[in-house]
Amino acid sequence: MATILFEIALTFYFAGAIVSIVELWLGSKATSKPVIYIAIAGFVFHTFSIILRYIQGGYLPITNLHEASSFYAWSVLLLFFFLELRYKLGLLGCFIMPLVFILMLSSSMLPRELKPLDPILRSYWLPIHTILAFLGNAAFALSFVIGIMYLIQEHYLKSKHPSGLFAKLPSLQSLDEINYRLITIGFPLLSLAIITGAVWSETVFGTYWRWDPKETWSLITWFIYALLLHARLVSGWRGKRAAILSIIGFSTVLFTFFGVSLIMKTYHAFK
Amino acid sequence: MISVIGLNHKTADIEVREKLAFSGPKLEEGLKGLSSLPGVKEVFVISTCNRVEIYLHSTITSPLKDTVSTQVIRFLSEFHSIHEELLKKSLYILHDTEAIRHLFRVASSLDSMVIGEPQILGQVKEAFEFALGLKTTGPIINTLVKKAISAAKRVRTETRIAENAVSISYAAVELAKKIFEDLSTKTFMLLGAGEMAELAARHLISNGVKSVTVANRTYERGCELAKEFNGRAIRFEDFPKELIHTDIVICSTGAPNYIVTKADMQEVLKERRQKPVFLIDISVPRNIDPAINELDNVYLYDIDDLQGVVDSNILERKKEAEKAEKIINEEVEKFQKWLSSLDSVPTIIALRKRAENIKEAELRDFFNRFPDIDEKKKKAIIQLASTIVNKLLHPPTAALKEDSENRETLIATIKRLYSLNDEEE
Repeated sequence: MATILFEIALTFYFAGAIVSIVELWLGSKATSKPVIYIAIAGFVFHTFSIILRYIQGGYLPITNLHEASSFYAWSVLLLFFFLELRYKLGLLGCFIMPLVFILMLSSSMLPRELKPLDPILRSYWLPIHTILAFLGNAAFALSFVIGIMYLIQEHYLKSKHPSGLFAKLPSLQSLDEINYRLITIGFPLLSLAIITGAVWSETVFGTYWRWDPKETWSLITWFIYALLLHARLVSGWRGKRAAILSIIGFSTVLFTFFGVSLIMKTYHAFK
Repeated sequence: MISVIGLNHKTADIEVREKLAFSGPKLEEGLKGLSSLPGVKEVFVISTCNRVEIYLHSTITSPLKDTVSTQVIRFLSEFHSIHEELLKKSLYILHDTEAIRHLFRVASSLDSMVIGEPQILGQVKEAFEFALGLKTTGPIINTLVKKAISAAKRVRTETRIAENAVSISYAAVELAKKIFEDLSTKTFMLLGAGEMAELAARHLISNGVKSVTVANRTYERGCELAKEFNGRAIRFEDFPKELIHTDIVICSTGAPNYIVTKADMQEVLKERRQKPVFLIDISVPRNIDPAINELDNVYLYDIDDLQGVVDSNILERKKEAEKAEKIINEEVEKFQKWLSSLDSVPTIIALRKRAENIKEAELRDFFNRFPDIDEKKKKAIIQLASTIVNKLLHPPTAALKEDSENRETLIATIKRLYSLNDEEE
C-alpha cells in the first residue's frame, strides 16, 4: 500500500514537473497555479505513504537512501507550501517542482526493501538528528531555487530587454531577502543537526567526531553557508553574489546527500 | 438599423475634433436634437479628446441608409456651425455589423491612439449612462453597450493587451517595481529637471515613493519642485553625498559630460553596503557613465534603453490586439444573433410552432382517451381546435407584423409570455 501511494505521488510530481516546464516555456503567460494544485495532490499521497511506512517499520522512514530522498522531496514541498502561504512568490512553484520530482525519481530508482533497524540507530536521537538535517537541507534547496530565479530576473534587468518571464518573476529585492531568510533558517538547523549528531555519536561510539565523509562534507557545507552569512553581514554581499553562493552551497548539500552516500564508505550511508 | 457616424484621431485633426466635441451642456442639447431627428429611435454620443461618435438606432432600413447620414451630418453642421463639406472629409459612417464592431473595438481600446489604454472603457460607460439618464436610449442601444463593455472586459482578461508599460515614465516605474519590492520605503532623487524627468518623478511618487530629494543647478527651481513633490531640495554640488542614501535616481541635467563615473559609483556602493540602486539617465548627452551598468546591484537605464523597453511592449500589444480581434468577432456575432432574434418573422414562426405543438399534443391525448370517435367527428374536432388556435394567435401576429414603432418591446413581451426563448435554445 505504501508503495502504491508512493507511485501515485511520484506520478503527480511528474505531471507537476511537466506542467512547470510548459508554464515556464510560455514566458509572459506563465502561472504556477496549476502546478501548486498538482503538488498539493501529490503531497497528500506522499504524506500517507510516509505514515504507512512509518507504521510498518516502526521507525521514521529515513534510514535508507530511497526513504531519505523521498523524505527530502517531502520536506522541500512542505517548506515550499509555508513559503507560498507567507509570500506568494510568483512562479516559485514552477521552479521547485522539477527539483521535487528529481528527488522523488532518484528515490524511486533506489532499493526499497524494509529492513529491521540497525541497533546503532535505535535511539531517540534518530528522529531529532535527521529531522533537523532534512529541514535545514530543505531550506537550502529552496534558497538554491530562489537563487536561480534571482539570476534569471537579474539577467532580464541587466540585459535591458525585460521580456519573457520578467513580468511574472518576483522583484529582486524580495528574492534576495527571502533567500537570505531561508539561509538564516537552514544554517542554525544544520548546526543543530551537526551538534545532535556529535552528541549521539558520543553516546554510541564514545567520540564526538569521527571524520566520517558525511561528517566532513556536512562541515564543508556548514562553512560555505557560514561564509555566505558572514560576507552578507560584514561586507554586504547580497544580490547576485549571494545567489551564486546559495547555488554552490546547495551543490555541496546534494553531494553530501547522494555523492557521499553512494561513492564513499560511511556509516551514514542510508543502508 | 444601427449606425455610427463619427471621427477620431486618425481621420480628423485636433481643430476639427475640438469643433465637433459635445462638451458640457452641449451634450444634453445635442442628444435631444439627435433623438428628435425623423426615424431615429435611440442615440448616444461618445465625445472624448480623441473621438466624437454618434451611435444611432433608427427605423430606417439598409437600402435607405444614406438618409440617416445626410440627416445627421446636416444636424452636426448646424449644431456646431462647421461646413458640411469639411465634416464629410473627416467623418466615417458605418452601419449594422460594421457599426457594432466599431463600438466593440472602441470600448476594447483597439481603436485608441495607444492600443490597450484603459481610460476609453470608462468614457464609453459614462457617455452611455449620460444618454440613459436623458432616456435617449432604448432596448437596442442598452444591450449594444452592455455587450460592448463585456467584450472589452473579455479582451482585458483574455489577452495581455494592457499589461506592459507603453510610455517611458511608466516603463521606469515598472522596472523599479521589479528591482524593489515596496517603493514606499525607497528614497528617490531627482537630479536636474525637465519635462520627462518630472513626469517620471510624478509616476514614481504616485506609485508609492515617499522620500523625495531634488538637486537642481538653480537652487530656487529645485525648491519649487521639492515643494510640489513634498520633498526637500539640496544644492546641486551636494548630490554625490546624497547618492549614498538614494535608491532611485532620475537624472536629467544639461551637463555635456558624465557627472557620475564608474569609480564614483563603486565608492557609493561600498558606502551603501551594496544596497541596490536604480539609475535612470534621461539626459542627452548622457550624464551617467554607461559602464556603471557592469557593476553588481546597479541597474542603469538611459533614454534609449527605456525606449527599447517601450517599443517591445508596443509590439507585444499589437500581437495581443490580433487575439482581441478574434474575441470581438465572436462577441459581434453573438450580439447579431440576439438582434436578429428580435426580428418579427422568427418570433411569429416560433409562436405558431408552439401553438401547433400544444394543439397536436392535446388532440392526440384526446383521441387516445376516446378511440370510438368516428372519422367525421374527428375532422370536426380538429377543425375546431385549429380555429381556436388561429383566432387566439391572430391579434399578436398582426401586432408583430404591423406595429414597427414598439416592435422590440412587443417581441420581448411575447417571448416572455409564451416562453419562446426556451424552445429556441
